[in-house]
Amino acid sequence: MTDTTTTNESGPVLQIRDLSRRFGGVAAVSGIDLDVAPRETVAIIGPNGAGKTTLYNMVSGRLKPTTGTLTFEGRDITGLAPHRISRLGVSRSFQINNIFTEMTVRENVEVALTALHGWGKRWFNVATRAKPLQDEADTLLERLSLSELAHKRAGTISYGDKRLLEIAVVLATRPRLVLLDEPTAGMTPQETKRVTALIKSLAESGDYTFLITEHDMDVVFGVADRILVMHRGEALVVGTPAEVRDHPEVRRAYLGEEDEEDAEETAS
Amino acid sequence: MKNAIVLIVLAVVLAGLVALPWVAPYFYIFLGTEVLILGLFAASFNLVFGYSGMLSFGHAAFYGIGAYATALILLHLEWPFLACLVVAMGAGALLALVIGFLSVRLDEVYFAMLTLAFGMMVFAVAHQWRSVTNGSDGIAGFMLGDFAPGIDWSLGDPAVYYHVVLGVVVVAAAVLYLICRSSFGLILRAIRQNPERVSFCGLDVRRYRLAAFTVAGAFAGLSGALMAPFLRVASPEMLHWSMSAEPVLMSILGGTGYFLGPFFGAAVFVLLESWITGFTDAWMLVLGVMLALMVMFFRRGVLGTLLDWVQGNHD
Repeated sequence: MTDTTTTNESGPVLQIRDLSRRFGGVAAVSGIDLDVAPRETVAIIGPNGAGKTTLYNMVSGRLKPTTGTLTFEGRDITGLAPHRISRLGVSRSFQINNIFTEMTVRENVEVALTALHGWGKRWFNVATRAKPLQDEADTLLERLSLSELAHKRAGTISYGDKRLLEIAVVLATRPRLVLLDEPTAGMTPQETKRVTALIKSLAESGDYTFLITEHDMDVVFGVADRILVMHRGEALVVGTPAEVRDHPEVRRAYLGEEDEEDAEETAS
Repeated sequence: MKNAIVLIVLAVVLAGLVALPWVAPYFYIFLGTEVLILGLFAASFNLVFGYSGMLSFGHAAFYGIGAYATALILLHLEWPFLACLVVAMGAGALLALVIGFLSVRLDEVYFAMLTLAFGMMVFAVAHQWRSVTNGSDGIAGFMLGDFAPGIDWSLGDPAVYYHVVLGVVVVAAAVLYLICRSSFGLILRAIRQNPERVSFCGLDVRRYRLAAFTVAGAFAGLSGALMAPFLRVASPEMLHWSMSAEPVLMSILGGTGYFLGPFFGAAVFVLLESWITGFTDAWMLVLGVMLALMVMFFRRGVLGTLLDWVQGNHD
């Protein structure tokens, strides 16, 4: 474990090579190549059906790729089961809230922490009384300003708080690579701001490498170091926000509609 | 405050159970024994059903193998009863490990059908393998000796046997309760609600399901081991698929969301059966109506509904 992380400290955290996934005759993702450097935040954008979620599902183990390889910290993770990939240090959130609604907010985090601490060691600990686990859960909840809700049932808290809890559960597994799937989807502008600030501060802490899909372009351009634009399952462009913004094909294929005003300004 | 009330109620109930042979009619010693054993059986089932969210229809297999193990040991080896209990738990766990290994990979109705199928196979073995199991007659004619080496409590006395059952069930229930409250129990509850999220947290859901299934098998084996000397026989009926339905009914009747729900359900089941069959043959009809009402209107079971009502009165 230690030597893989140290030897690959300078290399990419995630290496995607020629990754494809077909559903019947339809190629949902085809021939994606991407290197994600340590502590980088890469946003993946593209219209609905561009293959972003399929790509996520392959990286996190929900789907097996048809062809291609995935390497995490120098280790081949292609086609591994989700729990194995998670245990190696890759954790993901979901587009639709995917939390344990009947449990308290703190218990949600405790589930992920229990996973982190191994199923052998703390197996028969009385969960609600395992002090270190509770403290860790509280620290994390505080970091996401969810402390006040710790004892509320997760199903009863607001939508925005559920999205934040989703991120808390992801972070509780102490991942080095975090995949966020539309973290601000359905949020109010205030909630979006809160999440954007959170992602930024997490990225600046230097503990995480991020892969983010997002529809809100303000969020994307606010947090991303680089952007991968997908279109019909293929990579259209990979580059810095500025490069992507100015790329003619991107403007035509994707940003065109949303950034029409900008386009006119540049043209004039 | 709330915890104190719960503890006091539990202590009173326990004291009542201990005193039962001296205060209740003789007949209730038998009913009490049956309630305790079936309650443990149902509680072991509820670890799989209520906590982990897997509807097993083959739970009688583990109960039955515990009963057969005990009857065979008492008949051929004449070991102390405590040794029978330990062996029965091991037999239940081992069988559950094998059946579980093949079943937990499936979900929902497929899991239910597969456990039902395995349960029927175990029944068929007990029914057909006459040289060992004595076929449809089952194994009878065994005698209870010492409880543990050198400890002779005259287990043949129904009141004594009742107290032994009470002691074993209380200890077993306490262990089961700790398992449910542990980190392991937390993960099981999480799996019931959202297995996929659990696997994305880095946990092997199948392994947890198998572990829960095996532990449940051990405690079902223990309940079978207590039942065989009580009935004085280990018969194929104890392995029949209809026996697998009993813990399902008891858990739903009592309330699957509560640790003590299945015990409560077993008490309601056994007591009502004995009272109702006293003046009508339509016990099954009454049970059917009750279950339908439970599922339609009182999802939290008798215990859950009672607790809601008590708490409502305090507010």
